[in-house]
Amino acid sequence: MPTEKLDAVVVGAGLAGLAAAYRLAEAGRQVLVLERGDAPGSKNVTGGRMYVEPIRTYLPAIVDEAPFERHVVKEMITMLDDESSVHIEYTQDKWRKTPYMSYTVLRARFDQWFSERVMEKGGFVIPNRRVDELLWEDGRVAGVRAGGEEIGAHVVIAADGALSFLAEKANLRQPLKPASYALAMKEIHKIDEKVIEERFGVESGEGVANLYVGALTKGMFGGGFLYTNQDTLSLGIVIGIDSLMQKRPQIEAYTLMDDFKARPEVNRWIRGSELKEYAAHIISEAGVNGVAGLCTDGMLVAGDAAGFALNTGITVRGMEFAVASGAIAGEVANEALEKGDTSKATLARYETRLRESFVLKDMETFRHSKEVLENPRLFTVYPKFLSSLLDVLFTVSATPKKGLYKSAKEVARKYVLNWEGMKDFLSLRKL
Amino acid sequence: MSDKTKTKKPEKIEEKIALNAIKNDRESHIRLDQAICKNCKERFCVYACPGHLYAVSDETGEMVVEYAGCLECGTCKIACVYGSVLWEYPKGDYGVQYRYG
Repeated sequence: MPTEKLDAVVVGAGLAGLAAAYRLAEAGRQVLVLERGDAPGSKNVTGGRMYVEPIRTYLPAIVDEAPFERHVVKEMITMLDDESSVHIEYTQDKWRKTPYMSYTVLRARFDQWFSERVMEKGGFVIPNRRVDELLWEDGRVAGVRAGGEEIGAHVVIAADGALSFLAEKANLRQPLKPASYALAMKEIHKIDEKVIEERFGVESGEGVANLYVGALTKGMFGGGFLYTNQDTLSLGIVIGIDSLMQKRPQIEAYTLMDDFKARPEVNRWIRGSELKEYAAHIISEAGVNGVAGLCTDGMLVAGDAAGFALNTGITVRGMEFAVASGAIAGEVANEALEKGDTSKATLARYETRLRESFVLKDMETFRHSKEVLENPRLFTVYPKFLSSLLDVLFTVSATPKKGLYKSAKEVARKYVLNWEGMKDFLSLRKL
Repeated sequence: MSDKTKTKKPEKIEEKIALNAIKNDRESHIRLDQAICKNCKERFCVYACPGHLYAVSDETGEMVVEYAGCLECGTCKIACVYGSVLWEYPKGDYGVQYRYG
C-alpha cells in the first residue's frame, strides 16, 4: 500500500470524470485522471446531442467554449411502417438564436478538448492506463491499481462508464441485467458540410436531429437516430438488450443497421457519404431504478457509471447528467478533503446535492417512462395506424372514395379505438 | 446515373469494423466457459454482438469470439445470462480507439 496519497484519483476521462477533475483542480487539489484509451474520448461514444442549459451553471466556461458540432434548430421524428412513413418536423426561431439549447457532439474531439482544460487548471490526465482494482485499507477505498502500479488517494471518483466495473467491485451495484440496458450501434458518415446544409435546409453552424421509431426495430424496444455534425452524420439504432433476446425468430442485432440504411427515409440523408467509423456502446434504460449506490468510504460514483441516463422517448439524455454529477462529485470531494474526512458519512452529501439538482429530480419525475416506452405497441401498432390513416386520406383510386370521417373511423377502430388503445392512453399519464 | 442517387449497397460487417482504429493485444480480453456454451441453446452472444464476432467453430464445435474486432460495448457480457462470458476491458494501450465517437 502506497504511503503517499494523492488528494483524488478519477477513473475515466469521460464527461463525468473530467468535470470532477476540473472542479478539483480548480480548487487547487492534486488530481489524477486515469484513462484506458489512447486519448480522452477514444473509448467514448455518444448518439449524440447535448442539452446545455442544465449544465451552464455548473461549468459555464466549458459550455461557452466547447468544440460542439452544430446547434440543433430542427427536430424531426419519422415513424416507419414496413413500406410507408410519417415524418414530422418541428422548428422555432428561438432555436436559431443564442443561447442555443442543444448541440450535436462527437466525443473524441470534445473529450480531448475538455481534458486540455482540466490540465490547464493543474489536473493530470494520463492515457493508456486501465484501472484493474480498487485498493482497500481498513474497509475503505484507498486508491487504485493500474497496470501493476498502486496509486493511493484520499478519494476515488469512479467515472468508468456504463459498464462500471469499479462500482460493482465496491458492491455499489449488481451485475448488469439485460432488462436495464440497451445496445446502441452508430455509424459516422463523412459528407461535405455544404451538402449537409443544403440537404437539411439549415444555415452554417446549424443542425438537425432526427428520431426514428417503428418498423426499423422489428417490434423490439428501441429506435433510430440521426444527428448532423460539422461534416459528418451520426446515424444509429438503439435496441433493448432484453427485447433482442426475446425476439423470435432471433435477429442478429448488427443486421438492423443495414435494413435501416436501405430505407429511403434514411438513404435520403446519407447518400453520397463515406462511412468512416462503426461504434457500439450500452445505455442504461432503467431510469432512476437503475441508479447505483453513489458512494462508499473513500469513493464516489458519477455519470454513466452511476446509471445517470434518461430516455423519455422524445429526449434522450445522459451527457448533461454526466457533467453535472461529475462537477458535484468534485465539489463534494473537495469539501470532504477540506474537512479531512472522506468517509461515507461525509461523502453522502453527494446524493443530497444530486437530489437538489436536475440530475435526480428529472430522473425521479420520469421514474415510470420505461414502463410506458417498453410497450411493444409503440413500435408496431401506432406507426402502422398513422400510416394507414394517411393512406386512406391521401389515396385516390378507381373505386369511389368513402367519406373521410368514415374511413378514418374504420382505421382508428382497427388499431387504436379499443381496450388496448385506451390502456395505452391512460398509461401516458405516468410520463 | 450518378453514384449519389443510387441506394448504397450495405457494407459487410467485417468491412465496417476494418474502418475502425483498433490496436490488438495478443491475448483476448474475452474468455468463454465452453462447459456453459456447450449447453446453451439460444446463443444470445451471437445475436447481441454488434460486431458479429461470435460464432460456433466448424472445426471444434466450440463457441469462438473474434476479440480483435471488439467494439467494447459489453453487450455480450450482459446478454449471456448463463455467465459464460468473462469480459474485461482490453489493457491500457489496446483495443478500439474511436476517432469520432
